[in-house]
Amino acid sequence: MKSLAVSNWSLLLAFALVLVSIAISAKEKLGLTKDILISVVRAIIQLIIVGYILKFILHANNLILTIVSTTVIIFNASWNANQRDPNSKRKIWNSVIAILVGTYITLGILVLSGTIKPTPMQVIPITGMIAGNEMVAVGLCYKALNDSFHDLQQQILERLALGSDIKTACFPILRRSIKTAMQPTIDSAKTVGLVNLPGMMSGLIFAGVNPIYAIKYQIMITFMLLSATSLGAVIAGYLAYRNYFNERKQLELG
Amino acid sequence: MLLKLDHISYKVKKKKILHNISFSLKKHDFLTLTGPSGCGKSTILKLVASLISPTTGTIFYQDRDIAEIDPIQYRRKVSYCFQQPLLFGKTVNDNLSFPFEIRKQNMDMTRIDQLLRLVDLDHSYLDKKKEELSGGEKQRVALIRNLLFMPKILLLDEVTTGLDDQSKEIVHHLINDCHEKGTTILQVTHDQEELHSASKLMKMTKEGTLA
Repeated sequence: MKSLAVSNWSLLLAFALVLVSIAISAKEKLGLTKDILISVVRAIIQLIIVGYILKFILHANNLILTIVSTTVIIFNASWNANQRDPNSKRKIWNSVIAILVGTYITLGILVLSGTIKPTPMQVIPITGMIAGNEMVAVGLCYKALNDSFHDLQQQILERLALGSDIKTACFPILRRSIKTAMQPTIDSAKTVGLVNLPGMMSGLIFAGVNPIYAIKYQIMITFMLLSATSLGAVIAGYLAYRNYFNERKQLELG
Repeated sequence: MLLKLDHISYKVKKKKILHNISFSLKKHDFLTLTGPSGCGKSTILKLVASLISPTTGTIFYQDRDIAEIDPIQYRRKVSYCFQQPLLFGKTVNDNLSFPFEIRKQNMDMTRIDQLLRLVDLDHSYLDKKKEELSGGEKQRVALIRNLLFMPKILLLDEVTTGLDDQSKEIVHHLINDCHEKGTTILQVTHDQEELHSASKLMKMTKEGTLA
């Protein structure tokens, strides 16, 4: 395990990698130098703080602290997913419900089936992985929903004009948006091991775990992410499409 | 009075589209609305169809403010036909089954065949893909989609624009048949023939008012 330790000097030298992106930004006049520096400083500060908090929580091994940690992760993921919704009438609770339900159902199945133990050491990193992937899926769902409402505006109006309720009028849009949201996870599941060696599997192999065990964990994570992103996208889609209508069931595009 | 527009104005981001529009329709009326492009004719139809709401003023349907009527039930009685309709799904059948689906009813094939015949189409068209239809056939399918359950008011937004003479004649025949059976018609048109034959004509100005 000692071979995994990264010295402060090594970290400092690795900073040269950041200089590469700053150099590209400067040469190509992308105007991203400030953004890159801010993102690097933020990443360092956030990770140091989270490292100490995690050390404390994992050591305390307390159920309430574990629940609070997962709630904080879920809320952050929801806030970020909500920011990606282009609809001016977006509602944060749509994202909170979608990510909270998707995460806790998936987590519940994993704990009840004995796949993971209800300890902070296992629950917190898994929650982060689930909520992170759901955040991306929910954000994509919102974006696809917005694009579809603009592209297929007349089709929806025609259905409404025939006396359809808003849910039936939006079925084609909902299907398209949920499919878009789930596609990256499905594509990633198709190519796992062939194109990308996921972080958790690589980490376990790095740490000296038998690759067969690492692969079993990765299979579990692939199943888990498929379930979580489907749940998150479906719930978010079915909640968010209503934000495009007023109380008279009229389509309102901002 | 079946329908009454009372001092209707409509604005989009401070831009006036309609200003102080008032008129009414009695049962079995056939009112034709005309005016220059962009004067707000289609907006009037969308307001009457409750697809948008007026900025000021009230629309009454059978003496009730339409803002107080369930919009879904209202739109089934006051049916709006688009100028360039979009057929949805894959086939003609997908379009003609839709009005039954939303009412949770089985398809009434007798009614469908009767309307198809009325617009010079037949049963075999049900399986046709929408891409295989001509512009005139698409418009006819879209119209009968609105008429499978006879509306009280039919709103026609330049439905014959761009159609050949034969399709135009078939569409006129369908609209007249619908009117004879008791449906009130409010149509928007630029078509000279339709303007000449209009029994009740209303003109709009470029400023979005009635002339």
